[in-house]
Amino acid sequence: MDGYYAWMLVATAFVLMMTTPALALFYGGMTRSKSVLNMMMMSYVSMAVVGLVFVLWGWSEAGFNNGFNNGKLISNPFHMFGLLNNDWHASADSTGSTFIWIAFQMTFAVITAALISGAIADRVKLSAWITFIVVWVTLCYFPVAHNVWGGGWLSQHWAAQDYAGGTVVHINAGIAGLVLALVVGRRVGFQRDPMKPHNLTLTMIGAGLLWMGWYGFNVGSIVIADPKDGGAQFMSDTGLTFLNTTVATMAAMLGWLAVERLIHGKATSLGAASGIVAGLVAITPACGAVNQLGAICIGAIAGGLCAVAVGLKFKFGFDDSLDVVGVHLVGGLVGTVLIGLFSTHTAPGGVDGLFYGGGWQSLKVQVLAVLFTLIWTGVLTTVIALAIKHTIGWRIPPEAEVEGIDYDQHGESAYDLHAASASSAYLVTEGA
Amino acid sequence: MTKLVTAVIKPFKLEDVKSALEVLGVKGLTVSEVQGFGRQKGHTEVYRGAEYVVDLVPKVKVEVVVVDTDADKVVDAIVEAGRTGKIGDGKVWVTPVESVVRVRTGERDGDAI
Repeated sequence: MDGYYAWMLVATAFVLMMTTPALALFYGGMTRSKSVLNMMMMSYVSMAVVGLVFVLWGWSEAGFNNGFNNGKLISNPFHMFGLLNNDWHASADSTGSTFIWIAFQMTFAVITAALISGAIADRVKLSAWITFIVVWVTLCYFPVAHNVWGGGWLSQHWAAQDYAGGTVVHINAGIAGLVLALVVGRRVGFQRDPMKPHNLTLTMIGAGLLWMGWYGFNVGSIVIADPKDGGAQFMSDTGLTFLNTTVATMAAMLGWLAVERLIHGKATSLGAASGIVAGLVAITPACGAVNQLGAICIGAIAGGLCAVAVGLKFKFGFDDSLDVVGVHLVGGLVGTVLIGLFSTHTAPGGVDGLFYGGGWQSLKVQVLAVLFTLIWTGVLTTVIALAIKHTIGWRIPPEAEVEGIDYDQHGESAYDLHAASASSAYLVTEGA
Repeated sequence: MTKLVTAVIKPFKLEDVKSALEVLGVKGLTVSEVQGFGRQKGHTEVYRGAEYVVDLVPKVKVEVVVVDTDADKVVDAIVEAGRTGKIGDGKVWVTPVESVVRVRTGERDGDAI
């Protein structure tokens, strides 16, 4: 089991890298140059804020240790407040309550909150964002995680397969992004002014780093059934989830590019970066449930479908700026629901789906888990978003938004590329 | 007397134009990156299904101040070196210059070239 623990430490650092800097780069490149710093800061701030919230009451509320298998909607947030009742002396037969597992789970909460930020780019006060993520992880992330992974109510009624977070992470963040895009409202000039991505090289780097980090995310999500005999399970499960994650992502990138080529005539770099993320999202819940052919199918379907779905916001007129809905909600739905078809007992999940003679049962529980997440987080996110709107308010003033949120919220500009603008600035700090 | 030759050309033709002018013995020029449009319309770009029309095309502007008698030769050299034969090759025009001063020495007009 030493190898397992060593791997989990590495996997945890990998998932941390997915938020800072991978997601920050992926999102930052897609914004306009006047708001790239704010976009990146939303991810960086999520790291600090959600990470601390997780240690203070998140671990306890998600009930991965106390309250595990309690069959309830949430676990007691105070029982292990600040990890006080958590003994760091791990015993040889515990894999579920060590500090390694706490750190690993912490990075999941962090990135889920950070994912939402793409839906409300360029226009939200930093104070509103910080307030939102503290309340949102408390009311939406930890309860859903408890229900799906912590032996909560949902898992005891309909035990859906979600290896690394199709419901808990991606559908959760996706539906929250949709609600926020609707409540916060459109950017000034949406569908009128050009809002081209300002630096797709950042986005390409971010997508590549996300892909790498995702091995920590998916492969690290192994749960060892018997610590005394975990070696064989570790080797076979990690190899399978690693391969599935890889081939699904490859297929999704090609799927996205093919759809673009058919509809718009050209395969784009943004399409490749987006296809990578769509595939990673879709295979997240399914990487331990399917074989490689299933993974390729799920990836290709997700890539193709998400490429079409990102156009929906223009039809319906909601400004989900960086397509949290089109990529994470749709990709999460594809991966979570298709488990019901492609699941096979030869994979670690051990369940046969419709295509492998398991009948409709798997599809049924997958759909019910999706509905649970959509309703739970959809309703509660609406409540939180409206409460913020009518108290501290979400938006920076329109003129500040037009001038650029980077200067308004942070007093900085990301780029100083022209010699003339550099020499037009002068230093006022004494002794600097 | 002196004249200002201004040329707006395709960016990738700058090196050819520059070396043609060096062969002619031109001693200095000014280059700036500009945007504009003529008969060559812009193009469209698509990002995640959102289509943008980019109607200003990047060009390079070359400015050379020469003595009257050299102006035609310089224009010819730029036109020859800058031509691809396709739409969007740009324009060259000549304007009279009232006076020229070399900043370092204070020399004027023909002596300042």
